[in-house]
Amino acid sequence: MATWTWFHRFGSPPFVYRIAGRCAPWFGAGAVLCIAYGLFGGLVLAPPDYQQKDAFRIVYVHAPAAWLSLSCYTTMAVAAFVGLVWRIKVAHAVASALAPVGASFAFVCLATGSLWGRPMWGTWWEWDARLTSQLILLFLYLGYMALRSAHDDLQRADRASAVLAVVGVVNVPIIHYSVYWWNSLHQGATVMKADKPSMPAEMLVPLLVMFLGFTLFQLWVLCTRLRAEILERERNARWLREEIQEGA
Amino acid sequence: MTPRRRRLMLFSSVLLGVAVAAGIATLAFRDNLQYFYNPSEVAAGKVPVGKRFRVGGMVPKGSVQRAPGSLTVTFAVTDFAHTVNISYSGVLPDLFREGQGIIAHGKLDTSGVFVADEVLAKHDEKYMPPEVAASLKKNPNGPPAPAAMAPSIPKGVTL
Repeated sequence: MATWTWFHRFGSPPFVYRIAGRCAPWFGAGAVLCIAYGLFGGLVLAPPDYQQKDAFRIVYVHAPAAWLSLSCYTTMAVAAFVGLVWRIKVAHAVASALAPVGASFAFVCLATGSLWGRPMWGTWWEWDARLTSQLILLFLYLGYMALRSAHDDLQRADRASAVLAVVGVVNVPIIHYSVYWWNSLHQGATVMKADKPSMPAEMLVPLLVMFLGFTLFQLWVLCTRLRAEILERERNARWLREEIQEGA
Repeated sequence: MTPRRRRLMLFSSVLLGVAVAAGIATLAFRDNLQYFYNPSEVAAGKVPVGKRFRVGGMVPKGSVQRAPGSLTVTFAVTDFAHTVNISYSGVLPDLFREGQGIIAHGKLDTSGVFVADEVLAKHDEKYMPPEVAASLKKNPNGPPAPAAMAPSIPKGVTL
């Protein structure tokens, strides 16, 4: 049991508030570096695709945004589940802090996909299984946020929205496997599969760096938003008053 | 049972229940969620009669014919078991070419020709620089990734 006790500190708002504050600048710096290199590598260094020419370069934003929109939701659902079962307020705060980040990623994914789809497929939008399930993901994020803001009582908002977050997680595997379960317009996975990626290294490396950059960006925003969330929730707590007086 | 354990069981079973329900619904709507039909399904008569539907497959080499002086194009799509002839008049997407997977939306006419009013190109998941593609074309049995040059066959096609 001793191995578990270190974990309990993550349920304590002061500890999380401080550690998030300490980590945020590192995540931020890493994100800026990775995204700067990834964009340069993807938009300048990588060779054009044999069929799509330069239009394929939208993948450097589209695919990381898509992965992050899924991983954000999964993290949000796990946090909401932990919050529901163990009644940990910090867990609810994490879920609530992540929702707008994930929603933005889902929106970027849909928007860039649509811009690419028009010249490549010949359509802005099709009611294809992959596209539709990704749109549902965006609506789940929006629904989660709407449900939270519909409650004045924070505890009720936490619990009601957490149930939605947990239930909605079934959509995540549906999105990933939609291109294999059904005939779909969207192609299968290039990188996220058991096989080796169907992309040469000079195209793949900037993509993986972008993925890392987006992940660090997500952690950066999460740390910052989580601190704001904790400030609001603990506004009457004594530790916070002491913390602020110390800082002043 | 402690309250925490009870909540764990409750929310785990809610999640399990929703997952099972989603799985059953997905199975039940399997056919309705198909975005397109294969030429084999068209040949077997599994497609809706007299209604618009989509057919997808690869455009075989040498099948594309343009009517002079108009935008009308006729071509075939195949899944290597059956072939459907398609006629379309309109602008084709950038990626439309022989050896490419496409999806056409329209109706079968009485002579068995599929009259499309929309043609979409289906891209595959493979990316490569033009030089690699060119050297593969020259030497199709060459070492680097021969699978990458295989015609892009839409998912669900059995060879």
